[in-house]
Amino acid sequence: MEAADVLVHWPSEGITRVPFQVFSDQEVYEREQQRIFRGPVWQFLCIEQDIPEPGDVVTSWMGETPVIVARDHDGQVHAMINRCAHKGALVALKSRDKVKNLTCVYHAWSYRLDGRLRSIAFQNGVNGKGGMPEDFDVDAHRLQPVRVQTFCGLVFGTLSDQTPPLDEFLGPRMSAFIERNFGRPLKVLGRHSQIIHNNWKLYAENVRDSYHATLLHTFYTTFKVNRLDMDGGIVLSDRKWHHISYSKRATFNLDKEYLTAEVHSAKYGAKHGESALEGPELLDAWDEFDDGITHSIQTVFPNVVFQFTLNSLAIRFFVPKGVDKTELKWTFLGYERDTPEQSRMRIMQSNLTGAAGLVALEDGCINEFVQRGTVGAGQRAAFIEMGGRVAESNESSRATETSVRGFWHGYRDIMGF
Amino acid sequence: MQTTIQASSAQAARDDGAAGIRQLLTDYAHALDDDELESWPDFFTDDGVYRLTTRENVAAGLPVGIIHCDGRGMLCDRVAALRTANIFEPHCYTHVLGPCRIAAVGDGIWRVRTNFSVYRTFETGESQLYGVGKYLDVVHAQGGGLRFRERVAVLDSRCVDVLTVIPL
Repeated sequence: MEAADVLVHWPSEGITRVPFQVFSDQEVYEREQQRIFRGPVWQFLCIEQDIPEPGDVVTSWMGETPVIVARDHDGQVHAMINRCAHKGALVALKSRDKVKNLTCVYHAWSYRLDGRLRSIAFQNGVNGKGGMPEDFDVDAHRLQPVRVQTFCGLVFGTLSDQTPPLDEFLGPRMSAFIERNFGRPLKVLGRHSQIIHNNWKLYAENVRDSYHATLLHTFYTTFKVNRLDMDGGIVLSDRKWHHISYSKRATFNLDKEYLTAEVHSAKYGAKHGESALEGPELLDAWDEFDDGITHSIQTVFPNVVFQFTLNSLAIRFFVPKGVDKTELKWTFLGYERDTPEQSRMRIMQSNLTGAAGLVALEDGCINEFVQRGTVGAGQRAAFIEMGGRVAESNESSRATETSVRGFWHGYRDIMGF
Repeated sequence: MQTTIQASSAQAARDDGAAGIRQLLTDYAHALDDDELESWPDFFTDDGVYRLTTRENVAAGLPVGIIHCDGRGMLCDRVAALRTANIFEPHCYTHVLGPCRIAAVGDGIWRVRTNFSVYRTFETGESQLYGVGKYLDVVHAQGGGLRFRERVAVLDSRCVDVLTVIPL
C-alpha cells in the first residue's frame, strides 16, 4: 500500500483530477495487471454462444494474461490460464477451436477440458530409460484454474478467491439491465477488432463520457440517434465501477445549445436539410422494449461495454496490450428469435458502430490524441468537473462526466492511489 | 496533376469482358487512392452492395463485418459522412492489386477475385501496410459500362489499425 502511495501522487482535488501519469507509466500498468486483472474483479471472457457445444474452446484474456474458455463433455464451462504447467507455453493457439483435449504442442502434455492434466508424454521414459521421477503425480499438475460464473450467456472469470459472487459484483440495477439486453438466446452476427493506440483506461473513460458523445460524434446528432437534449440519464453502480447511460429517441427536441455551440452537426444538418440520409434504411428500427430506451451504453468494470444503439446490440471488450496499446474487440449480436427483417435491420445498423462506425469511429483515434497529447506531462492532470464534482447517478441529464468520475473512484479504490 | 486515367470500359461488353473488368478494378483503386471519393458510388449498380469484412466472418458465414452498404444511397451516405460529419486524422491509401481471376456467369455478369494490399499514410509521414486480402466481386455490364453489383473486400486480419473511414 505504501509503495502504491509513492508511485502516484493523486491531486488533492480527488476524482475530478486524473494525473496523466496513469496513462503512460509502465509501473502503474504492471500494478493494474496485478491489482485489477489478477485481482478481485470479475472480467468478461466470452459469451456462451462462442462455445455452444462440448469440446468448443476459445481463447481470451484477463488483462495481459492469456486464458482458455472451454465447454467440457458434460456441458460445463471452464476457464483456465493458457499456460502449460510444464514450461509455460501457450496450450491453445487458435482463437476458436473444437477439441477432445487440450494438448500442448511443445512436449505433448495433455489436459482435460476442465484443465486437469490427463497424461504426459514419456512419463516412464523411452525403452526403460529416462522418464519422470517415480513420485511424479499427474494429479498434482494442471492448468491454473480461473473461477467462472455465467450470467445471461455472458461468461465472466476471476483469478482471485476474494472476488464476491458475480451478482453482488454487478449489483441489482446493473444485473437487471444485462437481463434486459441479454436475457434470451443470442445469435452472433459478426466480429472484428481494432487496435487503438492508447492506454486501456482512456477507452474506459471514453465509453463513460456522455459529455463527448454528441460533440465528437456528429453523425449521431445530425441524424438524431442520440443527443443530450433527449430524455436520458446515467446510473452508477453502488461502488461506481459500472454504469448505464441511456436515452430515449422519441423524446427528441431541438435544443438551442446545439445551435449556439457551433456543433459540427448543426452545420451539416442545416446544409443538407432535416434528414440528410440518402439511404435512410440505415436507421430502420423497431421498438424492442417497452421502456422507451433506444440507446444505451453499459460498462462493467474493468473492460467490457454492452451497447444497444437502436437495435444494434454489441459487446465491446477492450484488452490491454501494453501501456499505450489496446485491442478493442467487437461482437455484433442479435437474438435467436429474430425475424429475417429484424436481422436485416441489425445488420444495417451495425454500420453505426465498430471500427468504421458512422456514429462512433472517432473513438478509434480520440483516445490516441490524448495519449499523444499527454506525453511527458505526467505531473499534470485532466480536469473533470462537467456536471459537478461528485460521482453519482443522474437521471435527468447526461451533460455530465459523473460516470468518468465514478470510474476513477473505483480505480483509486482498487489501486490504492 | 491528373493522375487518374479513366478509360472506357464499354469494350468489355463486346469482348470477353476481361480488359474492361481489369480497367474497372484499376479505376476503382485509383479513385480511392486519389481522394475522388465522390465517384465511389458510381462504380456500383444502383442496387450494388459493398461490404468490408474479414476472413474469419466469411469462413463462419457471419453477415456483419466492418462496413455494409446496400444500395447507392448508403454508399453516398458513407462519403457524405466522412466528408462532413466524421472526425479523423487525415490519411491516404495506395492500393496494390494482384492479377484477377475472372469467371463469366453469363448475361453480362462476371465473378472476379483480386488480391489487394493497401498502404496507409498519415500526415505524420508514416506509411504502413493497412490491410491485405481479396476482393470478391460480381461485375455487371449495364448500359455502356461495367459496374459492381457486389464488391466484398475480405481482410485477412480480424483487426483494423485505429479505424476505417475511407472504404477499401
